[in-house]
Amino acid sequence: MDKITTHMLNEVADLHSIPTGAYNIRLNGKSEQRNSTENITILTKKDKPGIDIIIKPNTKNESVHIPVVLTETGLDEVVYNHFEVGDNSDVLIVAGCGIHNPGSSKSEHDGIHTFHIGKNSKVRYIEKHYGEGDGSGEKVLNPTTEVEMEEGSYCEMELTQIKGVDSTIRKTTASLKSGAKLVVNEKLMTHGKQIAHSDIIINLDGEGSSAQIISRSVAKDASVQVFHPIAVGNTNCKAHIQCDAIIMDKAKVSSIPEIAANDADAQIIHEAAIGRINNDQLIKLQTFGLEEEEAENVIVKGFLQ
Amino acid sequence: MLQVKNVSFAADGKQIIRNISFTLDDGKFLIITGPNGGGKSTLARLIMGIEKPDSGQIILNGEDITDLSITQRANKGIGYAFQQPPRFKGLTVKDLLSLAHGSKLPDNKCCDYLTKVGLCSKDYLNRQADASLSGGEIKRIEIAMLMSRNLNLAIYDEPEAGIDLWSFSMLVNSFKSISNQHKSVILISHQERIIQLADEIVVIADGEITMQGSKDEIFPKLTGDLSGCDLKPEGSELSWIK
Ligand SMILES: Nc1ncnc2c1ncn2[C@@H]1O[C@H](COP(=O)(O)OP(=O)(O)OP(=O)(O)O)[C@@H](O)[C@H]1O
Ligand SMILES: [Mg+2]
Repeated sequence: MDKITTHMLNEVADLHSIPTGAYNIRLNGKSEQRNSTENITILTKKDKPGIDIIIKPNTKNESVHIPVVLTETGLDEVVYNHFEVGDNSDVLIVAGCGIHNPGSSKSEHDGIHTFHIGKNSKVRYIEKHYGEGDGSGEKVLNPTTEVEMEEGSYCEMELTQIKGVDSTIRKTTASLKSGAKLVVNEKLMTHGKQIAHSDIIINLDGEGSSAQIISRSVAKDASVQVFHPIAVGNTNCKAHIQCDAIIMDKAKVSSIPEIAANDADAQIIHEAAIGRINNDQLIKLQTFGLEEEEAENVIVKGFLQ
Repeated sequence: MLQVKNVSFAADGKQIIRNISFTLDDGKFLIITGPNGGGKSTLARLIMGIEKPDSGQIILNGEDITDLSITQRANKGIGYAFQQPPRFKGLTVKDLLSLAHGSKLPDNKCCDYLTKVGLCSKDYLNRQADASLSGGEIKRIEIAMLMSRNLNLAIYDEPEAGIDLWSFSMLVNSFKSISNQHKSVILISHQERIIQLADEIVVIADGEITMQGSKDEIFPKLTGDLSGCDLKPEGSELSWIK
């Protein structure tokens, strides 16, 4: 693996060396390295590009890393990954995608991730998106995530895109059976002329299911962000959606919530706030001796921490 | 030494500060008091550089700092604890204390400063300094942040506001020994027990200094002002009758 690849792996999956546990490293459209373990099997899909990750029931405290790195210009791929998480498991899944585009052609990775999370299983899913490269070629990432949650399961998703991705359309859908709980923490920063759309659809179908979506974003320069969270409560359930955006320069941010309760016992809350960096915060940090720009950086970094 | 010379300031067509002048020597503790809306916080903001005067000069240790930015004044050793401190999403109390101090503060140091304002530090170090903190908590953290700095001039704006009785006593004690940290202090207050800590007192009403002098000279006049008010419980806030 060359220097750029190692650097990208570090950016998207905090990987400094080959991970322990199961992993699949996809580099420029090919599976570069793979490891299955006793409880976690990674198989190449037969009908389309991508992999199946099969986690045996009762697998506890194990991890799967499936980072994707593109370092060539002009690559365009759609990859299908399916996670089958057996009942009563407790696993960490780290999936990140980094594009280093050195040339002038567009590089695009569309990752379609589907999850089936078994009864009483616990999944922590971390996904980081990152782009870089001196060329004029666009870096495009369009992730689709579909989560199907069985009774009593828990899923926590950390979705982060902090730098360098020119265009992204993120679609996340989840359906929750009784007692299932979904927590999504989305962090997004856009700059330059970047565009980011995030659509989230949550169907709360089971008694006592709950979902918490917290989205924090910073839009700089002339970038554009659009959030469209939809929560549908079909039974006694709870959902809380919170979108909080800092807008700077000439950026545009819109938040279009859609909440529906199809049952009198559904409690669905949506909160959204878009605003500049609070002036008192800026002044406060300046009174500590920080320059205005440093103060801005501290506030933004903290906000997306 | 701070010199405020003939400073005037208007906003929205309203004259808020009218030709204010005073001098504060090093080693001195100055209390500014006066009725609500008199212009105390505005004067503090003018000294910190958050607002710029329309006329007049602000001089620190012989240097005219009237045209310096907030950051430049901070680096010259001026600090200001706001009357209404902002909250920060994503920054912890420890982060803020380190930012205020100018370098990473070890936990035990953070704890020392929090103790000075009556906060049981262990519970607070890693708390987010966001809306989850109560009004009194964020206010005390604001004060602790200023106390953590070695300054030529520290300005505290109504540090007692919203603070419970027990913490208030801690605070009064901490201010008694504040000269170890700050060369000079301006403290805006309405509280008798705090005003008594003063070396000097300035009373501002309607944008002007209406009284100015040593504590011994001014303090009796302040309480004298209230002699006509029999509702006033001992040791509490001064009420201003205009
Ligand atoms: N930017 C501004 N624009 C317009 N009016 C202002 C502005 N800043 C302050 N004022 C007004 O100036 C007056 C003085 O305000 P200031 O906050 O300095 O009073 P204060 O003495 O600190 O009062 P308090 O004891 O209530 O804290 C008030 O009438 C206030 O409404
Ligand atoms: Mg005030």
